[in-house]
Amino acid sequence: MCLAVPVKVVSVEGSTGKVDVSGNLVKADFTLVGDVRPGDFVILHAGFAIQKYDPADAEETLRIFREIEEAEGAAERGE
Amino acid sequence: METRTDRSEAGGFEDAGVAASIAAAMGRAAGSLGRRVSIMEVCGTHTMEIARNGLKSFLPPSVRLVSGPGCPVCVTPDAYIDAACGLAVSGRAMVATFGDMLRVPGSGMSLEQARAEGGDVRVVYSPQDALRYAEADASREAVFLGVGFETTAPLVAATVRKAAAAGTGNFSVLPGNKTVPPALGALLDDGETEIDGFLCPGHVSVITGPEPYGAVASRGVPCVIAGFEPLDILQAVLMLLRQILEGRSEVEVQYFRAVKKGGNPLAQSIMREVFEPCDSRWRGIGVIPGSGLGFSPAYREFDAAARFGLAAGGPDEDRGCSCGRVLKGAIEPAECGLFGAACTPEHPRGPCMVSSEGSCAAAYKSMG
Repeated sequence: MCLAVPVKVVSVEGSTGKVDVSGNLVKADFTLVGDVRPGDFVILHAGFAIQKYDPADAEETLRIFREIEEAEGAAERGE
Repeated sequence: METRTDRSEAGGFEDAGVAASIAAAMGRAAGSLGRRVSIMEVCGTHTMEIARNGLKSFLPPSVRLVSGPGCPVCVTPDAYIDAACGLAVSGRAMVATFGDMLRVPGSGMSLEQARAEGGDVRVVYSPQDALRYAEADASREAVFLGVGFETTAPLVAATVRKAAAAGTGNFSVLPGNKTVPPALGALLDDGETEIDGFLCPGHVSVITGPEPYGAVASRGVPCVIAGFEPLDILQAVLMLLRQILEGRSEVEVQYFRAVKKGGNPLAQSIMREVFEPCDSRWRGIGVIPGSGLGFSPAYREFDAAARFGLAAGGPDEDRGCSCGRVLKGAIEPAECGLFGAACTPEHPRGPCMVSSEGSCAAAYKSMG
């Protein structure tokens, strides 16, 4: 029930607007996150944005994954 | 839950090479530990993703993942379902609900059966859809079933606040929202389940922040808040194993791209304005003090239980299934005598087999 997805804000009118969900424009409510602008990313749950989302943090997570892979490669080589 | 382009490609959230590396690192940590370790994944969405992606096959044999009470549908008690069904069948109100509640059996019937008997039961995507039904027909009462954890409760609160501002008097909510941290404390108090670490829910924590798990970590049980991609979950398990190995018990955030310090303060304040903590019954577990969200005095007029004189908090029917012990992680789904025979997804006896996020449904599906 706690499914939520990161989506891009396309338009804002007051406390609501449209977001891009896999290419489809979907209505979203921004009451719980305050000010958002087109181009921002938010996490969408049951029609509401529940948090702002910084794609740079996703990049950072992927960088940590690569680090684990490199460290494990080094451990296997006995370094 | 990343955008499609993030998935499956090398360097993404499902990268097989990284998964193999994490598995190897987990194997080494488990080897150093040299004992059996039980990690509870609290959230039903995690349970579903673990089963769907076969993530248990990446774990060392000494590490066991057990499902916790984190499927809101599964922990909703009989009396709540009975109250909702009774209301729908009586014709006094239209009942709007998230779809996964439809087939959950109460002591008499499910909402799906209530609809078959002529009750007006409608599935909605958002609590706002229920409010729109109320606005569209002012002569008809519309009741939304407020089920879900901290992820969902702020949405319900925001919708109630909107109804109050617009003076939509024919809208109300049957309060059933619950909060996760008190349940984790209750599981540790209960002591029936061996838990060496909690894989904490990602989207609940988006709202609450990592802070509420401090009470659990201070009891010596490590906590890691995880995202929902396969690599998120595997990395979080590795982080837990390392905490256990190093004798630490802290709250760590693997899902930092969504979970911020302090959570979402605006959502918390709206939730606190509309709701206040109350004791709440969890199916199979019993009443957990302070684990529910009832209406605050200022919004009590939106309480459907008060408006229609419904009792939604009574004890559960004994249906011969072991849902309670499954929900506590005390036994595996297959250890229930009904599992796979008298209780299947097509003919579920208990709620853990109904919801796609239920541990029994997930276990049944992964049997192939």
